Amino acid sequence: MMGLGSGVPGFRGSAVRRFGIALSLVLALAAAPAAQQAPDRSKPPVPGPAPLLRVPPIQKRTLSNGLPVWIVEMHEVPVVDVTLIVKSGAAADPAGKYGLANFTAAMLDEGAGTRNSLDLADAIDFLGASLTTGSSWDSSTVQLHTPVAKLDAALPLWADVVLRPTFPQNELERLRKERLTTILQTRDSAPALASTAFARLVYGPRHRYGTPGMGNEVSNTEMQVSELKDFYSSNYQPQNAYLLVVGDITPAGLLPKLEQALGSWKNAGPIARPALPAATQHGARQLYLVDKPGAAQSAIRLGWIGVARSTSDYFVLDVMNTILGGSFTSRLNQNLREEHGYTYGASSVFDMRGAPGPFFASANVQTDKTVESLREFFKELDGMRQPVPGDELRRARNLEALSFPGAFETTSGMAGNLSELAVYGLPESFFSEYVPKIQAVTVADVERAAKQYLQTDKFAVVVVGDLSKIEKPIRDANFGSVKVVTLDEILK
Amino acid sequence: MSVRRLVIGVAVAASLAIAPASARQAATASKLAVPYTMFKLPNGLTVILHEDHSVPTVAVNVWYHVGSAREKPGRTGFAHLFEHVLFEGSKHVKEGEFDTLLEAAGGSNNGSTTTDRTNYYETVPSNALDLALFLESDRMGYLLDVVTPKLVDGQRDVVKNERRQSYENAPYGMANLRMTELMYPKDHPYHWPVIGYMDDLTAATHEDVTEFFKRYYAPGNASLVIAGDFNTPEARKKVEYWFSDVKAGAPVPPLTVPPVELSGVIKETLTDRVQLPRLYLSWLTPALFAPGDGELDLVASVLTGGKNSRLYKRLVYDMQLAQNVSANQGSARYGSRFTIVVTARPSEDPPEKILERIKTVVDEEIEKLKSAAPDAREVDRAKNSFESGFLGQMEVVAAKADQLNAYYFATGNPDYFATDLARYQKIGAADVQAAARRWLPADKRLELTVLPAGKGSGK
Repeated sequence: MMGLGSGVPGFRGSAVRRFGIALSLVLALAAAPAAQQAPDRSKPPVPGPAPLLRVPPIQKRTLSNGLPVWIVEMHEVPVVDVTLIVKSGAAADPAGKYGLANFTAAMLDEGAGTRNSLDLADAIDFLGASLTTGSSWDSSTVQLHTPVAKLDAALPLWADVVLRPTFPQNELERLRKERLTTILQTRDSAPALASTAFARLVYGPRHRYGTPGMGNEVSNTEMQVSELKDFYSSNYQPQNAYLLVVGDITPAGLLPKLEQALGSWKNAGPIARPALPAATQHGARQLYLVDKPGAAQSAIRLGWIGVARSTSDYFVLDVMNTILGGSFTSRLNQNLREEHGYTYGASSVFDMRGAPGPFFASANVQTDKTVESLREFFKELDGMRQPVPGDELRRARNLEALSFPGAFETTSGMAGNLSELAVYGLPESFFSEYVPKIQAVTVADVERAAKQYLQTDKFAVVVVGDLSKIEKPIRDANFGSVKVVTLDEILK
Repeated sequence: MSVRRLVIGVAVAASLAIAPASARQAATASKLAVPYTMFKLPNGLTVILHEDHSVPTVAVNVWYHVGSAREKPGRTGFAHLFEHVLFEGSKHVKEGEFDTLLEAAGGSNNGSTTTDRTNYYETVPSNALDLALFLESDRMGYLLDVVTPKLVDGQRDVVKNERRQSYENAPYGMANLRMTELMYPKDHPYHWPVIGYMDDLTAATHEDVTEFFKRYYAPGNASLVIAGDFNTPEARKKVEYWFSDVKAGAPVPPLTVPPVELSGVIKETLTDRVQLPRLYLSWLTPALFAPGDGELDLVASVLTGGKNSRLYKRLVYDMQLAQNVSANQGSARYGSRFTIVVTARPSEDPPEKILERIKTVVDEEIEKLKSAAPDAREVDRAKNSFESGFLGQMEVVAAKADQLNAYYFATGNPDYFATDLARYQKIGAADVQAAARRWLPADKRLELTVLPAGKGSGK
């Protein structure tokens, strides 16, 4: 069972295992004073100077049609990630057409060039490559991840999907059913309902952020091929895109291939960008209850409109949220999980987008502790307005700063970081400045940010759970005005 | 089934069942060599070191060779409960410090439990290796000095909420718990769920819990992998230093698990608060790395891997009867389960009738695979995607560390990557057909259906 590996001094075989162990113990004891001092456990070892992060350089090039290409070489593993980023996502959906960007992206690989949906999937799968299309609030992506040995075969397939999608009617109808079913299944999950409800109740039905990125039942029922084609042709243009390539390649070898694959792609006209209406905060705290009969837990979301990705408080909020609910030792998790055991985990997040996205704290808590949990949420959120102890601040800064290298470990992780720079127009120095800027955040910064961004008296509070058990206690607790909302109000 | 300590944190592809690979290219196999140094400490701890300097971090990964299979009926959920308790401090680490010290150093941690093993892992900047080893060695050597009934109670409440969140309040969650109960006899170590029963969690006494730790958490029943940005001789010295005072324990006798076979079709229907009915078919299949295990991975891929796979194409793409379909060879040490799951689309027809139609199609496709070998292209397509999965795993140091431990635990050889790959390389189309014939009999399996509450007919 325990085979000897190569170069394994002192490793014992299994034939005389019991005896072997006893013998080695005796030897170890006899040799202990000279060979091995007992470890000093009186205090935890203090780490030495932190290692330097070596972010490989971004090599910036441009194709003949003006498409910017950012290349990062990573040669540890023979794989490569090729990502087209289009700077239009769900936020670019026209009013009444929510889900259009998402549906368009989903259709790109349902037929492209001369291949139909199945042939395309077969060709990609046979290479052991993966091709993923998708959209977020502010961008759409066509991402190829492939063994580098298969890049030449995979690149034309990826280019077909980027440049020559065919939007077949039958595939749209098939995806429509799939998407409507996914939307229906939202009703199964209290956490999913709580997230959907929170967005709707904070932003309302007329702001794009008030409806899920994939749209709702009505918009997905109405979506037409012509609308998808229009969205594609007006947004998928070189002047609205970046190409990110990360992996075991060199620019010299790669660029001719990219030029061949994408050089013929031309701009088609100005990019139309519907402006998002300004969203307004609630004037006073409002609780919203959604019934989920029989639920063993209540899904809680509380917060309001937060900040855009362009906020000058990015680093302060990163550190503040790490303290509040962005880490295992954060106050929310320590309180609701470790101290009280009400939940498997509590957290908070600033969801930063092109326009101010939501801030919310969340947890799924056992039904009979719903009121107690809400009380602890408010206690911790309000407590952030007091000065944060120095060691807690240092821990949060270190966690964010010293774990930063992990974001650059994989080709897809690196591509994700590049994508954020491209979509939000951040300088490349963001990477090199990240650690010092995080480490520069002060107690006063955090206190100011908490006062500005955590005004719980204006929060929306959403609780999805078994109202027969939780409605009366929540009303009796007097957290604020309480309203019961129906699933239709959230989902339509 | 794997149950994790927390939902946030590093996700490591720990399961062999989802990360196998195949290659016909020698080039890939050579990239899969993971050179290591292995040695055993006098107290019995096996140590495996692998240098990888691609990012300045170190992954520390401890496997205790105990999972829920070592529990006893009436006292289930202990291995997983310990997965929580082990983060609550030890003699020289105050409660809460395990996490605060690691976070202050820029590290992260997590753990997970299966039927066969529990893993604990940290990823730290390379300057904090001593800290991670201090923490791991202290809880290996000095946990019981601080474990109080109150501390266990606190984590017991967290685990109960994990159970509520992951199973009781999750759509179809209870079906996952029910399958092993129906397929394994009551005294079989895979009968009960990894997360345990609520009643058992409540009933566990302090003595029960400490006894379990003494028996299974000694260094001789564990293996430590360190992978990442370090120097091997220095790391070896650090390990020898920090683990030198951890006392050896009594040897753990091997678990004897009697062979188990289904004698017929087991049928059960559950109702759940869900919108759509779902069908589960499950078979008892060969253990991890036993003959047939790799072949069944390929059977799963031929049936449900990608748009052109047989079940996906028929049920989801062509007939559009189903929202999704998956098949999986859930490999484990003492026996595996091959499971097909199909979620139906909304329909005017009664859910029972829809699921019957779906089952008929699944059976037709399995019969086709039994009666004729798949096309070479189908098998190659599956192998290629496994090969790429293997390369992906090579990118993440923490994933490599966990896999080194997995291979060591299963085979005695940590660097089993290329050999594992070769296992798939050898499989031909006829072998895939033979595995379907041998291991997926229509008359010996579980047929579990979940119907939406209030929507079934005649219930």
